[in-house]
Amino acid sequence: MRYRTVLFTGILLSLFTVIGATLVAYTFENTKARIAANERASLLRNLHVLLPPDSHTNDLFRDVIEVQDPTLLGSRDPVQVYRARRNGEPVALVMTPEAPDGYSGAIRLLVGIDPEGTLIGVRVLSHRETPGLGDAIEAERSDWILDFDGRSLGNPPADQWRVRRDGGVFDQFSGATVTPRAVVNAVRKSLIYFERHRDELFEPLESDAEEEVEEHG
Amino acid sequence: MAESELKTIARDGLWTNNVGLVQLLGLCPLLAITSSLVNAIGLGLATTFTLVVSSVTISLIRKLVRPEVRIPVFVVVIASTVTVVQLVMNAYFHELYKILGIFIALIVTNCAIIGRAEAFASKQPVLPAFIDALTMGVGFTLVLMALGGMREIIGQGTLFANAHLMFGEAARDLGVTILADYRGFLIAILPPGAFIGLGLLIALKNIIDGRLQARPRKIEEPEAAPASQPV
Repeated sequence: MRYRTVLFTGILLSLFTVIGATLVAYTFENTKARIAANERASLLRNLHVLLPPDSHTNDLFRDVIEVQDPTLLGSRDPVQVYRARRNGEPVALVMTPEAPDGYSGAIRLLVGIDPEGTLIGVRVLSHRETPGLGDAIEAERSDWILDFDGRSLGNPPADQWRVRRDGGVFDQFSGATVTPRAVVNAVRKSLIYFERHRDELFEPLESDAEEEVEEHG
Repeated sequence: MAESELKTIARDGLWTNNVGLVQLLGLCPLLAITSSLVNAIGLGLATTFTLVVSSVTISLIRKLVRPEVRIPVFVVVIASTVTVVQLVMNAYFHELYKILGIFIALIVTNCAIIGRAEAFASKQPVLPAFIDALTMGVGFTLVLMALGGMREIIGQGTLFANAHLMFGEAARDLGVTILADYRGFLIAILPPGAFIGLGLLIALKNIIDGRLQARPRKIEEPEAAPASQPV
């Protein structure tokens, strides 16, 4: 007698699990495309700040490679590099390195660099810095991050690629030195990475290279 | 079910037994997300929706579910509902979803939801369970909004900033700057501000309750006497 109760209860529980899972699967299937489109649009909005749509002729989402360098790019995971080209000629690239030493966790950055190694700009993708102090790294909150525009490894000289408190040229915020220090370091290291790997970074993807030939032929 | 009983359920949910101010359940999202009014509304609506769907479902199946497995069944119902809410929000309110982030998924662990399932919905017909869930959810949302609005004004000097994340581009102008040239008051945005704000709201509720209690007694007493006679 008792085992029938147990069996019934077990079947009932599995039934509910199956119904729940079906519902979730159904919703997942029906929202999948929209969620992917949202994420793409959201990333594209960020990329377009540094690479305006009319600055390049290629598809940023297809011309992307992944690189890995925990020391210079701050993340153990692969870091995406989006390359912008105009008729096949490299215009700039945008890397997504992390500043691992933010005040509360990693700060994800977008670092745009042109083929000469000059910064076209830096933006913050995501961070968990203190609101009102560290969040001045966001372009919407202050102009601080615009100070990177046009900088390169030689400008300022290597020993000045620091916040003012450490003897460099970049401002810190009153009450928050850790955050700008982390960002300045991450940007400097990205430039070093770029300098060491410039050619590989702009190397066209194989499939794209073929397309390029067809276009010009 | 008598109308007066439903009213009592509603009053319980909205005020007397408010999730945020009296039961003090769901404190984690309550404190973490209320740094602005829009965040508060977003999380409040998501929680209310989950609460209503799970309570109604649990009330519908209450006779089927054996007591030994009721908690796992509740968990399955709640977890599926939350996952569906999460996917739909990610699809249709993507930017807001990014801000609320992990707290949408964490609705699953909001004790208010399994608490209502266990204490109320699993023992009541659908209508009272629905009213209970709805008013509990709305009561929670109102507390979130009060705290969110308070912290946003004090912390940033704005109200309804970023409304477009929730209501679309047309609502972008809903945001108002209450205090122009305000430098911000950091502690209101930081977690301590949430604790202080919640404490003040609870104190305010206690003051109002004290006033209310002092008042109707004089009216109720003469009424209470005749009521006891027919019994």
